Amino acid sequence: MRIFPLGDNAITVEFGNEVSLELNQRAIALAEHFRSNPFAGLIEAVPAYASTTFFYSIPKVKERYSEFPTAFDAVKSIVEDAIPYLSALPVHESRIVEIPMTITSGTAFDLDVVAEFSGLTADEVISIFLERIYNVFMIGFLPGFAYMGTVDERIAMPRKKTPRTKVPKGSVAIGGCQTGVYPLGSPGGWNIIGRTEMEMFDPNADPLCPLKAGDRVRFIRA
Amino acid sequence: MSLVIRKPGILTTVQDLGRFGSRSLGVNPNGPMDVTAARAINIALGNDENAAVLEMHFPAPEIEFSNDTAFCIGGADFAPELDGKPVPNWTTQVARKDQRLRFRTRVLGNRSYFAVPGGCSSSEWLGSASTNLLASVGGNDGRAFESGDTIDCMSSCLEKTVCIGRSLIPNYSSFPALRVIRGAEFELLTAIGERAFQTEMFRLTADSNRMGFRLKGESVHLLHPKELVSAATTFGTIQLLPDGQMIILMADHQTAGGYPRIGNIISADLPVAGQLGSGDRISFKLVSTIEAETAQLALERDLRFFKVGRRLTVGC
Repeated sequence: MRIFPLGDNAITVEFGNEVSLELNQRAIALAEHFRSNPFAGLIEAVPAYASTTFFYSIPKVKERYSEFPTAFDAVKSIVEDAIPYLSALPVHESRIVEIPMTITSGTAFDLDVVAEFSGLTADEVISIFLERIYNVFMIGFLPGFAYMGTVDERIAMPRKKTPRTKVPKGSVAIGGCQTGVYPLGSPGGWNIIGRTEMEMFDPNADPLCPLKAGDRVRFIRA
Repeated sequence: MSLVIRKPGILTTVQDLGRFGSRSLGVNPNGPMDVTAARAINIALGNDENAAVLEMHFPAPEIEFSNDTAFCIGGADFAPELDGKPVPNWTTQVARKDQRLRFRTRVLGNRSYFAVPGGCSSSEWLGSASTNLLASVGGNDGRAFESGDTIDCMSSCLEKTVCIGRSLIPNYSSFPALRVIRGAEFELLTAIGERAFQTEMFRLTADSNRMGFRLKGESVHLLHPKELVSAATTFGTIQLLPDGQMIILMADHQTAGGYPRIGNIISADLPVAGQLGSGDRISFKLVSTIEAETAQLALERDLRFFKVGRRLTVGC
């Protein structure tokens, strides 16, 4: 584990550097602990694959924890104190969210290349893809873009060398061992195998996204 | 009372101090590239520091006033003129009905800020008026201004002119030395890379905008290539690309990334960085966390003094 500054007003706790459910659960648990029990000056706690980052206000932390030489030292100490108890922190109940998707030649632009990559038929690729339940490791890249995994090795085709300039909204895609749904039309390098009508990000909805880190997802045929 | 955008300028958006609390949903804070300028001109007008301002690039907009009102401009110097008469930055001004504000030429910096008393009325999203161009929300319906757009604001004339003191004005330069805190992968740089990072100058390419600045210069490499799982990034993060060139993430950056993190520009120097544009050249100076925090706390103190001092002299 490493703890390092991300600039002068954020600190990252890095549990490791791999896609692992266990590390991810620790990152989410640490973020949720401080969401429920914020320290003075905390702006937000953001979990990622295997790390948690805390953004804070320098003047507010300095004012409240003046016994520390810097705000960084104060936040580091507060966060370190919580880590030994992480395994005892309640893991939030994981839900299973179903995402209906359509797989047609007009939506699954890269299904054939994934099939070629894996030496399988397009139907086999899809049935292998639909078999698994995926974990939502983190949300980032775009508003509401959930990084999910892990994808069966046989169909885990790496991202494209040259990204598409425009991936349609709702595209379901594979990027190596990860899968995700593009919440908005955007450039993107993952291999597109279908599309969903489900809104992955709605600025006027509450919550903004149907998924959050820690959820589980099953893709089904629409 | 309203302002009418007669010419839109190249990229004019509404920004307040940013949208915090939704990074874990991939929503970045947005906000001004030069936070200090936005805060200072708001305080000069007696506004909340977080009031919505316009962020303008050059060519800048032409703004018509439909009533008498005070206003204040800060940040980049675009040679502002009110009906042809030059008006200075960093000083509150009064415009009369039907007068037009134009910006003649880019003198220094790349982003100029415009504030009116009470702030520019705009649509809020998740508690902030900052424009999120990606999700098309916040500010002016989530988009840059176009000709004919109007901005509602209060009609208010200040009795006294307020000047923003020199200590509050960032030390703008087109070849600044930016102070940096080491990033998580800094220690993995080669000795040559580490030296180049600290001694060379790096040029901003044309591919530099509110999302990030792409740098061009001496290649910098890690001793061994390292693949990272995505982790949080922030405004000012310096990432190293596989080809040895660097990117500085700016106000509209993505919330997470997987490139090695060489360092982060300190908060106190981000406003100077935020004024840079294509062709400008920068160098980096490593500093300690305590130096970074001390610089930011000094700025916070100066802004607080300005706020109190203004209230005592203007009285509102």
